[in-house]
Amino acid sequence: MTARRMILWLPLAALLLLLAVAGVRLSRPEAPLPSPLVGKPVPDFALPLLGGDGVLAAAALRGRPVVVNVFASWCVACAAEHPVWLAAAQEAEIVGIAWMDDPEKTRAWLAERGDPYRAVGVDRDSRAALDLGVTGAPETYVLAADGRIVFKFAGVVTPEIWRRRIRPLLGGGS
Amino acid sequence: MTVEAGHFALLLALAFALVQALALPVARLAARPGLAGVAPAAAAAQAVAMAVAMAALVHAFAGSDFSVRVVAENSHTAKPMLYKVAAAWGHHEGSLLLWATLLAAFGGVFALWRQGLPAATRLYTLAALGVVGVGVLAFVALASNPFDRLSPAPIEGRGLNPLLQDPGLAFHPPLLYVGSVGVSVAFALAVAALLRGNLGPGWARATRFWTLVAWIFLTVGIALGAAWAYAELGWGGWWFWDPVENSALLPWLSAAALLHALGGVERRGGAEAWAVILAILGFSFSLLGMFLVRSGVLTSVHAFAADPLRGVFILALFAAIAGGALVLFALRGGRLSRHVAFAPLSRDGARLLGTVLLIVAAGVVLFGTVYPLLAEALNLGRLSVGAPFFDATVLPLLAPVVALMAVGPLLRPGRDAARRIWPTFVAVAAVGLAAAGLSARWGGWAAAGFGLAAMLAAGCAAVLWAERRTLSRRRLGMVVAHLGLAVGLAGITGGSRLAAEGIAALPEGGALSVAGRDFVLASVIEVPGPNYLARRAEIVEAGGVVLRPEARLYETPRQATSEAAIVSSPWGDTYAVIGESDASGRWVVRMFVKPLLPWLWAGAVLMAAGGALALTARTAPSARRQP
Repeated sequence: MTARRMILWLPLAALLLLLAVAGVRLSRPEAPLPSPLVGKPVPDFALPLLGGDGVLAAAALRGRPVVVNVFASWCVACAAEHPVWLAAAQEAEIVGIAWMDDPEKTRAWLAERGDPYRAVGVDRDSRAALDLGVTGAPETYVLAADGRIVFKFAGVVTPEIWRRRIRPLLGGGS
Repeated sequence: MTVEAGHFALLLALAFALVQALALPVARLAARPGLAGVAPAAAAAQAVAMAVAMAALVHAFAGSDFSVRVVAENSHTAKPMLYKVAAAWGHHEGSLLLWATLLAAFGGVFALWRQGLPAATRLYTLAALGVVGVGVLAFVALASNPFDRLSPAPIEGRGLNPLLQDPGLAFHPPLLYVGSVGVSVAFALAVAALLRGNLGPGWARATRFWTLVAWIFLTVGIALGAAWAYAELGWGGWWFWDPVENSALLPWLSAAALLHALGGVERRGGAEAWAVILAILGFSFSLLGMFLVRSGVLTSVHAFAADPLRGVFILALFAAIAGGALVLFALRGGRLSRHVAFAPLSRDGARLLGTVLLIVAAGVVLFGTVYPLLAEALNLGRLSVGAPFFDATVLPLLAPVVALMAVGPLLRPGRDAARRIWPTFVAVAAVGLAAAGLSARWGGWAAAGFGLAAMLAAGCAAVLWAERRTLSRRRLGMVVAHLGLAVGLAGITGGSRLAAEGIAALPEGGALSVAGRDFVLASVIEVPGPNYLARRAEIVEAGGVVLRPEARLYETPRQATSEAAIVSSPWGDTYAVIGESDASGRWVVRMFVKPLLPWLWAGAVLMAAGGALALTARTAPSARRQP
């Protein structure tokens, strides 16, 4: 084979090298990135309470597992999710964060649908939501007794998700 | 119903693509040449079916049909209609469907328009396009079906990345796709030439036409993408050597090289094998870009859904199409070239050298883009290759290309005499050196950039003067496109090497001085938008510009973006970004002054206009030189 004919094979050789490299990379898929907050202590937020005076502080949620649910009266999907919380309130401590919502509207919304929350923090300008990395409402966090976030879920929590993935995290020690 | 019709049309298109791909081989095997004639009809039918499929998807997005999975994941009722429609291709499945639709459209037009090509060339080309179509459509139908339904349908969609809510971004991906898919026609023509063993009459002209179409769209698409990054990302940059950008740059560079190689093939013959390999590389780069972007093997500022299984599928597709063509080239490529002598000092010599430099530059960009993969495969750890690498390697390769563009077109084809041309060369070089000398006070990069830009502009002027009576429309197109690069290069140089920036936390009424200009933060007010809340600042320069940058908080998904305020004049941009406010009520204000930057966009427009001029020129007389 002359040098000239060899040159014609060069592009193919380069391609094979590239394929080998890409193949190696694809054969080692990374674990999907969990939310960077999972496993970390909950950000230290403090929000005014919907009920009047006082604050809902992250520090006060320590000592037992707590479910934190980010919701709003403008959020249609939150209304769809709401019955799950009404049922779950019998067996767990659930606190709400009313996100970017007028407190009057939040109160009316809860009065109409029932209030499953032990406490509701008012987060009109997203102070806590930004710290928590909220991407949309509804969003749900499970905090362990030591204040770490052990689970995060974006979207509507169905009875299935509640039973299979959230409730098991709350049992045990408490 | 429309959604199911779209899905059906997609499967129908796959069937038509199979017919298109198999018509010629079946006709050969069955020794019934007439059968091959169904390929053009199949290509046209595939184009129609894909248009229906794409229309069905756009319809689902426009009507916010959240029972369709990709609509629920990527759209939202609160979005303006333009972005609902644009969301149809703003995600993995939809963008692939658009890719396949454009491929079918190119195939359909090629099938119906004879362009003076012999029937055999057209049938082989259609078969090659059919094979590509089968691969891409199988991928869409099997692994990326955009017509999947959700049950139950969600009440509301999950929105679109607000960063992507910008007119520039709604349109630049489709334009880039037209460009990168358009290279497929040149690729298929190259494969046809290899299969037949010769180029045949009209090959160079047709290949040049389709390559030029693709190159124009790539130029506009890349420029719009850069303009989007500049206006929207909020830190004054417009090019980041990001893998997604590089994967558009690679086909652009190779299409530019191919156009210049074809100029020689069309006029004089010679370097046929070089043109064929450039055509193959061009489309291989397009496919590689799709793999890099869609498989998620490279992390990128362009956040697309990543799925390793899809990655394997696209990699196999890329390997089969590019690998098949390259095997064919290795076996048959040697037979294509006729030996045509031309002197190194000639227009052909300069052009050939330019194509080599361009493709070497593309190779370096490719290396830098996939080097992180290589490093990881060899367990060298995860790393990313950034602007310093590309600036240090690619720019020194492109600088001589610009110099060649300045002097090459002044040379005569075939052979030229140094005696004849040296006074012109000296004059052109002197303009460049003078500009470099004048701009040396801004540093070596500025001197090189302005020097080369001035030299290229002078070279263009010299061509216009020397050929003022004989200039054809096609030559004029070349000069305009080259001039566009000169203008763009001046814009790039001014906007980067002469730029100044300042950042400060200002209370209302506070002042910031950048490049000798004083800017005052006059006020910050809250302004509600359609699906976001904006804090809009008013920044006033005494006796100068007023800028109103915004910081926006989007509701779905929750995301903060900054909307830069840019005031442009022919002499440069003034650019302001506003960030967070701190506890004492001061706002972070960032200002850039970017001299000449708008010239970059003007240069891109000139390049595309030059391409369009050359595209619409009549170029009949050259064909007779073909065998």
